[in-house]
Amino acid sequence: MGYTITEKLFSRVSGRPNVISGDIITFTPDWSMANDATAHISIDLYRSEYGKECVKLPERSVLIIDHNVPADSPSTAWVHKKMRNFAIEQGMLLYDAKGICHQIMIENHVAAGQIIVGCDSHSCTYGAIGAFGGGIGCTDIVYLWKTGELWWYVPESICIELIGGVKEPVTARDVILAIIGQLGPDAAIGRVMEFTGVGVHNMSIPERIVLCNMAVEGGAVCGIVEPDEKVISFLPGRPHQFFKSDADARYYSSYSINLNGLDPMIACPHSMENIVPVSRVEGLSINQAFIGSCNNGRIEDLRAAAKVLKGNKVKKAVRLVISPASINIYRQALQEGLIDIFLEAGAQVLNPSCSTCWGGCTGLVGDGERLISTGTRNFKGRSGSHKSEIYLASAITTAVSAIEGVITCPVKE
Amino acid sequence: MDKNNKAHTGKAWKVGRHFDTDQILPSQYMLFPTIEEMAKHALEGIRPDFIPNVRRGDLLVGDENFGCGSSREQAPRVLKYIGIETVIAKSFASIFFRNAINIGLPVIVLPDAVDRIREGDRIEISFEKGVITNKTQGETYTFPPFPEFLMGIIKVGGLLQYAKSRS
Repeated sequence: MGYTITEKLFSRVSGRPNVISGDIITFTPDWSMANDATAHISIDLYRSEYGKECVKLPERSVLIIDHNVPADSPSTAWVHKKMRNFAIEQGMLLYDAKGICHQIMIENHVAAGQIIVGCDSHSCTYGAIGAFGGGIGCTDIVYLWKTGELWWYVPESICIELIGGVKEPVTARDVILAIIGQLGPDAAIGRVMEFTGVGVHNMSIPERIVLCNMAVEGGAVCGIVEPDEKVISFLPGRPHQFFKSDADARYYSSYSINLNGLDPMIACPHSMENIVPVSRVEGLSINQAFIGSCNNGRIEDLRAAAKVLKGNKVKKAVRLVISPASINIYRQALQEGLIDIFLEAGAQVLNPSCSTCWGGCTGLVGDGERLISTGTRNFKGRSGSHKSEIYLASAITTAVSAIEGVITCPVKE
Repeated sequence: MDKNNKAHTGKAWKVGRHFDTDQILPSQYMLFPTIEEMAKHALEGIRPDFIPNVRRGDLLVGDENFGCGSSREQAPRVLKYIGIETVIAKSFASIFFRNAINIGLPVIVLPDAVDRIREGDRIEISFEKGVITNKTQGETYTFPPFPEFLMGIIKVGGLLQYAKSRS
């Protein structure tokens, strides 16, 4: 009997041979990460339980200030200060307003073959590198800081074979929306989405990141892709270890999805149940457009948006908010002249942060407003008012819609 | 459940499918200094009647994919703080389930009970026996006991207490 890549990764970290899905194991992750959306709860809990005791493995523990950046209130400033003090006291790694946590982890730490846990549901992103990434909570990370270990149900996997491919203006973002639209928002609860086939192996690493990042929106604990040489050229010098699923590995279920001729897709309010081709909702007026987030704030997304926006203006009374996913991406965009194109088009360019997508601080929408966004979620009130609507689409569809002032399909019949 | 595993009677609050953690606690309250301050805003966008009327011992009845979305442990924590006894649903998002167990908030997967229980029904739960009694409708629903490892965590009130009890 064969094993999935996920079973092999948990076998590696637990030091137990032949780990299979359904096993409950304890293990030490290669990296842990917490951000300012929840770290204050964890730090308070750690302090009240263990006082000034040293955390285990501080050199593998990362704190990232990225959600409410810069601080939007005195209480947020107090949360950030608490994180800085804790990181310094404990000798942890700290990234302070350098970018969105998952982008920072990939830029600096993640290697193929590793298991990374993060106090953020989009930790599922790291599967794009051939690693396992899993979301955890505050109690989990406090337990991990104290003991160096975590408990985990080793998950089953769903095999999603991608056939064919897409080309601009259809992107990996449209692919993952189409997959979740077909499978449903709870199809993969507690399981891993393992993407296989020519369709995913022809994708670049940034495209695979887009794919894996939204696996959690289909209920998955992680989205994962078997690593290949593209991983090494994307992240050279890391201690990569390549694992792959055996030909006779056991999957909970298998799907085959043909990407040829795929339409640009959009998730309509207020859940991932409502994913349709963009053409179905064309013409709906918008108040705001957002390009950024851990899903679509990378340089490739900014380039695609700039190509659309160059020489055009954002529609009057519509605001376009753009937030590069990290300082490195921001600087690259500056060097390539993309920021100039955005400003010329009338966009508001924010510092790297979770901003509109997480809805805790900047770039929010009000009562009765409609947002088109490259963010990760369209839950009611996610980006501001409970009386607003969020439509999720690619950077290209979002940029085209910002110019037109209405939801617009980038592919014309 | 309390330390003696005594059964409580509470009122059922029903919510829909894919009830996400943003509905339980919106992002803009997550950085508030205490769970007490956050809890004042639980479910405020979708059920503004919840906070003024909820009582200790009440329970939430979800549907499929309860607690989907964000990993925010604030979500189960505010529910526990308010006094929600348990959440019953057809299925739970993985991280919500994990967080609930870790803080000692028992959650029950029982599709049949979800279909039978109506908003406002008086419900009594015995975790030891695995029985939900619907006092309003005069029905009982049974659920399988939690796996030993999870019951061990729930019984002592959460993962950190569990670790302490074993050291």
